Parts: sequence; C-alpha cells; structure tokens
Amino acid sequence: MSDLIIVLTENSLVTAFAVVGLTVAVSYSLSRWLTKGRLHGSAVAVLLGLVMAYFGGVATGGNKGVADIPVLAGMGILGGAMLRDLAIVATAIGVRVEEFKHAGLCGAISLFAGVFVSFVIGGAIAWGFGYRDAVSVTTIGGGAATYIVGPVTGSALGASSEVIALSVGAGLVKAILVMVVTPFVAPLVGLNNPRTALVFGGLMGTTSGVVAGLAATNPKLVPYGAMTATFYTGLGCLLGPSVVFFIIDRYL
Amino acid sequence: MAIYGTAILSLCVITGLSIGKWLGSLLGLDANVGGVGIAMLLLIFATDRLRSMGRFTPESESGVVYWNAIYVPIVVAIAATQNVRAALHAGPVAILAGAVTVAACFALVPVLCKIGKRTPAESDE
Repeated sequence: MSDLIIVLTENSLVTAFAVVGLTVAVSYSLSRWLTKGRLHGSAVAVLLGLVMAYFGGVATGGNKGVADIPVLAGMGILGGAMLRDLAIVATAIGVRVEEFKHAGLCGAISLFAGVFVSFVIGGAIAWGFGYRDAVSVTTIGGGAATYIVGPVTGSALGASSEVIALSVGAGLVKAILVMVVTPFVAPLVGLNNPRTALVFGGLMGTTSGVVAGLAATNPKLVPYGAMTATFYTGLGCLLGPSVVFFIIDRYL
Repeated sequence: MAIYGTAILSLCVITGLSIGKWLGSLLGLDANVGGVGIAMLLLIFATDRLRSMGRFTPESESGVVYWNAIYVPIVVAIAATQNVRAALHAGPVAILAGAVTVAACFALVPVLCKIGKRTPAESDE
C-alpha cells in the first residue's frame, strides 16, 4: 500500500490524468442514469470536481482543493495556469474568424460593462454592510470582478488585509457560481451561439469560471468566451485602482 | 508529425503570453493583458497560413487537436483545485457580492447582444 502511494506521488501528473479520467467517466454515467442526459456529463464532472475540492480543502486546511493532498498534487499541474492556457489556446483551432469580426464591438462593450457592473454591485454591497471608505468599497468591488482584480486593486490602494481577503472570497464565489449555474441559465439568456459566448465571457470575466461554465454547456463555445474573458482581468486591474477608485472616492 | 502542431501551439502560447505581459508592464500592471486571447489569434492565423501553403498536415494538426480534446478534463482539474472551502466560508459580504454580480451579468447577456445586433454596419467594417 505504501509502495503504491509512493508510486502515485512520484508520478503525480500521471495520477492526475487517471483520477480526472475516472471522475469524467463517473460523471458521464451519472449524467446518463440520474438526469437522462439533461445535465451534461461535463457539468456533472465540474460539480464533482468542486465537491472534491471542498473535501480536499477541509481535509488539509490548504487553499488548492485536492492538490494539497500529496498523492493528488498533480491535479495542481493539470488544473494550473500553464496547461489551462495551453488547452484554451488549442480550442482556437475550431474557431471561425468571421465570428470574432462580427462580434468584436459587442465583445469590447461587454468587457467594459462587465468590469463596471462588478465594481458597482460589489461596492454597493460592501457599502450596505458598513464599509464606508472608498478604498474598501473599491477593493471589494474589484473582488466582485475577479479574485485577481480584488487583491491587485486592494494592494495598490493600501486596503486592509481583512478587506483584501473578503475581495478574494467574493471572486471565488463568482468563479464557482459561474461554473455551476451557467449550464442551467444558458437557455434562459440565449447562450447557444459564438456571439453570445463572446458577450458572456466579457461580462463575467473570470476565465476559469467562464471556460468551465461553457465547457459544461457546449464545448464549442469555449474559445469565444475565453477570448474576451482573457482581457477582463487586465482591464479590471487597470481601471480599478484608477478610474473606478476616483469615481467612487468622489461620490462616496 | 504531431509534435509540429504542439510546437506551433506552444510557440503561440509563449508569444501571446509574452505580449500580454509586456502590455501589462506598459500599463504599469502586474497582470497579463489578453495574453491568451492574443495567442489564440496567433494560432488561428498561423495555422490558416500554413494550411494554405500546404504545410499544415492532418498529422501536425493532431498535435493541437489533442490539447483541444483534453480541455474538459483540464476544466475538471481546475474545478478540483479551487478554494471551495474558502468560498463557502467567505461570509455574507463576499457571497452576496459574488452572487448578485453573477446574476446581474447574466441578465445583461441578452441586453448587450441586442445592442450589437442593432448596428450591423459598424461590426461589418
């Protein structure tokens, strides 16, 4: 048994491939038997992944889900930024360039709308809970954009570590909610074509959330959503500590 | 050979991420601005060019297609390495800020799609 654990740990990326493969297989069976295919197999797989992440976090007290368990450390490589970016870019091989041309303006508008709406709503909720200084309001608003925009904005403005932690929490909630609810909400908002996926990616901005949500809805839409989402965090980090902060500081 | 496709993909990722990082530092940010998106555009144009020259064979393409196909498993690994415990214990401010924002952005999806469609002349340029 301990030999097996040593082998699994030493070959952690290979172990991760096996574990993810099993998870996907179980998910597709669950999708077929429990929901008669109504909930897509990949949506079940994402949910199962999140459940595993929760128990991994509870078991280890770490912050990387199952990747904090030594045997499953390879999940951190497989789900890390390097292979994520490689796979996202690879999805572009199935893309029609025309779609980008036709929805370019739409995508750009959705990016700005997404960033501002997140700051406004996140900031308003922070205000409602008694955070009245512009720095805290802007930082928590940034967290409602993504869990990177929040801390980047907060450290640029000199926010307290408690507020920065809150902004990361808001961003995590957003990313995970987008992963979970996108397959259910997609039919209601017409999220079934490349153009809408571009807008969706720009509005939501959380790359992990957007790509997982779209993969669970219709994998063909992933590259379009990823394309706009990839500009969102940069835009948020740019506007948050500058334009957005000045506006909030002025009117608060 | 499959490695040609994977190498082209990798070169596009590295170039795109470098440009994104450079754009970020140009703007004074410690963030990658659109690196992945730029890499996607590079891949689209590079493979298009090579294909029209007859230099991008199906064997080469299989080196990209594999990573495209491995996409959902990577998403599962992403989900499995999220800090779900922290998100669930984040407290009402963080949960409400995240949840209400998601709801509002979903509501805006059809609205923004309509705005774009009303001006087909502009997007056709």
